[in-house]
Amino acid sequence: MQFIINGTARSADVDVRTSLLDLLRDHLGLPGSKKGCNQGACGACTVLVDGERINSCLALAVQYQDRAITTVEGLSDTSGLHPLQQAFIDHDGFQCGYCTPGQLCSAVGMAAEIARGVPSVVTADLGATTIALDHDELRERMSGNLCRCGAYNGIVDAIAETFAKVAA
Amino acid sequence: MTPFTYARAADAPAAVRLAEATAAAKYLGGGTNLVDLMREGIERPAALVDVTGLSRTIETRGDGSVVIGAAASNTAVAADMTIRAHYPLLARAILAGASSQIRNMATVGGNILQRTRCTYFYDDTGSRCNKRNPGQGCDAIHGFNRIHAILGSSALCVATHPSDMAVALAALDAVVHVRGAGGERTLPFVDLHRLPEAHPEIDTVLAPGELITAIELPAMSPAARSTYRKVRDRASYAFALVSVAAIVDTDGGAIRDVRLALGGVAHKPWRATKAETALRGQPATAANFRAAAEAELADAVPLRDNGFKIELARRAIVAVLGELTGVAA
Repeated sequence: MQFIINGTARSADVDVRTSLLDLLRDHLGLPGSKKGCNQGACGACTVLVDGERINSCLALAVQYQDRAITTVEGLSDTSGLHPLQQAFIDHDGFQCGYCTPGQLCSAVGMAAEIARGVPSVVTADLGATTIALDHDELRERMSGNLCRCGAYNGIVDAIAETFAKVAA
Repeated sequence: MTPFTYARAADAPAAVRLAEATAAAKYLGGGTNLVDLMREGIERPAALVDVTGLSRTIETRGDGSVVIGAAASNTAVAADMTIRAHYPLLARAILAGASSQIRNMATVGGNILQRTRCTYFYDDTGSRCNKRNPGQGCDAIHGFNRIHAILGSSALCVATHPSDMAVALAALDAVVHVRGAGGERTLPFVDLHRLPEAHPEIDTVLAPGELITAIELPAMSPAARSTYRKVRDRASYAFALVSVAAIVDTDGGAIRDVRLALGGVAHKPWRATKAETALRGQPATAANFRAAAEAELADAVPLRDNGFKIELARRAIVAVLGELTGVAA
């Protein structure tokens, strides 16, 4: 099977039962994406596919051939940290760090959704074409990522600071 | 997971042919439910036919109706400006379900055909379940059944249908477009899912190999107001205990037309026809809302842990009708 991971063409000879998460971690040497619940409940496995966030544990790798997949290892387009990664450090957005790669990819995907005008269940005006990333919007949109250390306040602060510029 | 073959279908006829070629084939959409069920050993298809390449367009027709390709993602439907403007209850129902990650993956067809979240259904090794293993028995009926059905259940199954989107489609009088080996057909969405009766293992009236290709939404009256309200154990990312999808069209304080559907209460999205009948042509008053809710829930049967759902459903109906008509409950 042929894949495009973090801008690089990769091939792997894997069984069709292989999840995208297991492909990344066990076959392509990219263990940044984490396996938490392995059933789509925790978000630790979140990656971006063509810029959209998904749970890679629920994805069969075979369905994602020739799509542009971005993992936490490819989040920054420089040799340094992505600004959101630095903000997580600055705001103590983690304790154990296990959920962090998923939180980071999810937040980047969320920012793209806000920029596209995708509403959420707390968006009062469904007709609005621009949506402000306020506190309630941010927490609702990040509800697919659990942090069992409870670092949510730091996570929210880091994301809000990084993506405040997309707020209308 | 048990081994399976995988094929990606180019279009709907090809998908049906591929599924016909293998007994025990399943159509694969976003996989958010099916992959999980396969990992748990509850679903064991011999073949997967990937239908995510089928139509995902959202098209408004000349008569004002809208046709949504079954491969459209949940996010794409909820974000579509036509859906947001004319079918706000559908956008709100979708956005009330799951997480952003799952809505990005999940297709319309897959959302409709997702299976119950009854914990006993999922517990392959530790529990009896007539839906998973017909004839085995049901451990939910006398077990922990706080999330289970209060309407339309049978002595064999008290599971609920988990979809939010489907509740809105039931209220909307949506039409399902289906393709099978014998060609295409349409059926009312409210007739797609079935009650458990003697065969809880069968969720819908679709024949083996039939594929949902599109959902059609009839044009909405410009005067109608609609919404979706979901009551759940936490503010986000939880299945409904009770939900209400409602469309109300009022004329000078009287209810000209109303369509109501309930989620979280039955084996299928529950169209509240008794409440609708009680309301149609009546003044929009809190007392009439309450009487309609009472009429709908009159046949509700509580289990050990879910009696609270009956009053919760009544209150949710009254509150939603009040919100849409501006009548204080």
